[in-house]
Amino acid sequence: MNTIILSAVFGVVLMLSGIFIENKSAFKNIAAVALAILLSLNIAESYGFQIFRINTGVFLHFSKFGFLFNSICLGATLLYTILSGRDIENVGNHVAEYFALIFFVLCGVGIVTAYTNLLMLFIGIEIISIPLYILTGSDKRNLKGNEASLKYFLMGSFSTGIMLMGIALLYGTNGSFSVDRVSREMMPLTYLEALGLILIFVSLSFKVSAAPFHFWTPDVYDGAPTVFTSFMATIVKVAGFAAFIRLFESRYGNMGGQTDRLIAVVIVLTLAFGNLTAVFQQSVKRMLAYSSIAQAGFMMFAVYAVNDAAKEGLLLYAASYCLATIAIFAVLVKMEDYSFEGFNGFAKSEPLLAGVLVVCLLSLAGIPLTSGFLAKYYMLSAAIKTGQVGLLVVLAVLFAAVSVYYYFRVIQAMYFKEGNVVYPAVSVSYKFTLVFIAALIIALGIFPNLLLQFLYF
Amino acid sequence: MPIQYYITLAIILFCIGVVGVLTRRNAIIIFMCIELMLNAVNLLLVAFSKMINGFAYASDKASLAGMDGQLFVFFIMVVAAAEVSVGLAIIVMMYRNTHSVDINFLNRLKN
Repeated sequence: MNTIILSAVFGVVLMLSGIFIENKSAFKNIAAVALAILLSLNIAESYGFQIFRINTGVFLHFSKFGFLFNSICLGATLLYTILSGRDIENVGNHVAEYFALIFFVLCGVGIVTAYTNLLMLFIGIEIISIPLYILTGSDKRNLKGNEASLKYFLMGSFSTGIMLMGIALLYGTNGSFSVDRVSREMMPLTYLEALGLILIFVSLSFKVSAAPFHFWTPDVYDGAPTVFTSFMATIVKVAGFAAFIRLFESRYGNMGGQTDRLIAVVIVLTLAFGNLTAVFQQSVKRMLAYSSIAQAGFMMFAVYAVNDAAKEGLLLYAASYCLATIAIFAVLVKMEDYSFEGFNGFAKSEPLLAGVLVVCLLSLAGIPLTSGFLAKYYMLSAAIKTGQVGLLVVLAVLFAAVSVYYYFRVIQAMYFKEGNVVYPAVSVSYKFTLVFIAALIIALGIFPNLLLQFLYF
Repeated sequence: MPIQYYITLAIILFCIGVVGVLTRRNAIIIFMCIELMLNAVNLLLVAFSKMINGFAYASDKASLAGMDGQLFVFFIMVVAAAEVSVGLAIIVMMYRNTHSVDINFLNRLKN
């Protein structure tokens, strides 16, 4: 509850402080301090320290998993603010509002990690989406940004409509919006209920950009200002999976495998589309958009398996994916040229940043000793524990091998090609944070329990 | 009236909305179709709410069963209003730059 209330309060405070504070760079510091407070209060709440004692009744239920997920999202946003705060200032004149919108998104993340009621799912998803429509179009003069924003808005509200229809149909058959009604567990689904569940599934797939509902993703991620692409592709996407897994760990997950086949098809399509189209991209930004689709395919395994191993895997995946992608985008946003050739000779001019990029790319590709490898391993082992896959896991491993190609193209350009990269001077804290992220990725790759122990203690 | 009539009407309205979103090329009309989808859901929720209340009414005349369905409708209205304010702003921003609300112009990103 601390996160939900305080992030909304901080958002309002930041928005109003825009009237009084002239200095643009102050907002970055205010936001970083506010995020640090939110993060520490969220961790404190998972050990029983509540500021607000509110009876949330049937609407929200706070679990260790939800708290840890919130902590990952808040921590990732904190790192993101420290790394990319300077670039947010360059997007436009309304810096206070951009930060305020980011805080509102975090409020929505707090809701979707804790809901037990479909009303709260709807509210949470909308609180996440509406600020993002604005952030996508925040560069008002840029036609590409306008187009991305309009496309995102139309697709997003269309999928909201689909989700609402699904919720209404479930309500009609259950007589309640609660997702934890255990009394009718293991009953076969009625037609209306199955239709409702599929509609909600489709709309959540839209939000996390799983194929075949991914087509808006590359255009929107490409057109949005790069700093906000970084935010959308990481924190918002993993929050969508938190919503997903909470819905499917409730009674809708135990349907005796009636939804399994549907999810398996979505996983294979997502992995195939994401990986195979990423291979042909010329721009690193667009390649990362497709790679985020491919990574979503792996995260869908958590929805497929829904057991304890899957939850651990999702947490580890969320952490390693967020860290690696935020670091890559933080470097990319300062580049002049977003194409692969733009990285030629990057290792000569900026050896430290190139080293960090290598760690992040290896983690995304899933090479051992990085957290990305263990995250993929946890996901696949969770799927194997359900005892009815084989082909699915083999396909996932094959597509992971395909992904190595396009991640290594960046490494190849940086180290083995000649070229001159003009990179702007960066501050010490920027470099320090990047190295910290790389260290965190490797540490999680060797001791995943550094993160996962919080789930149990 | 039996509940089936309401369900059929709501699903027909919803499908009109979906088809409109998928086929029309004018951003404002797409937007209207999305609103139509949301209102079809509102109608369905109110109908279900009455139906669920009807089940409980036989035993308890003051039953509050089915209240949450009508509550949900208000939330949908509020969220739809918020979406309209953001969405129209985006469409206006688009119009200022391209002097058109036709989404066929939206193909700069395809390369």
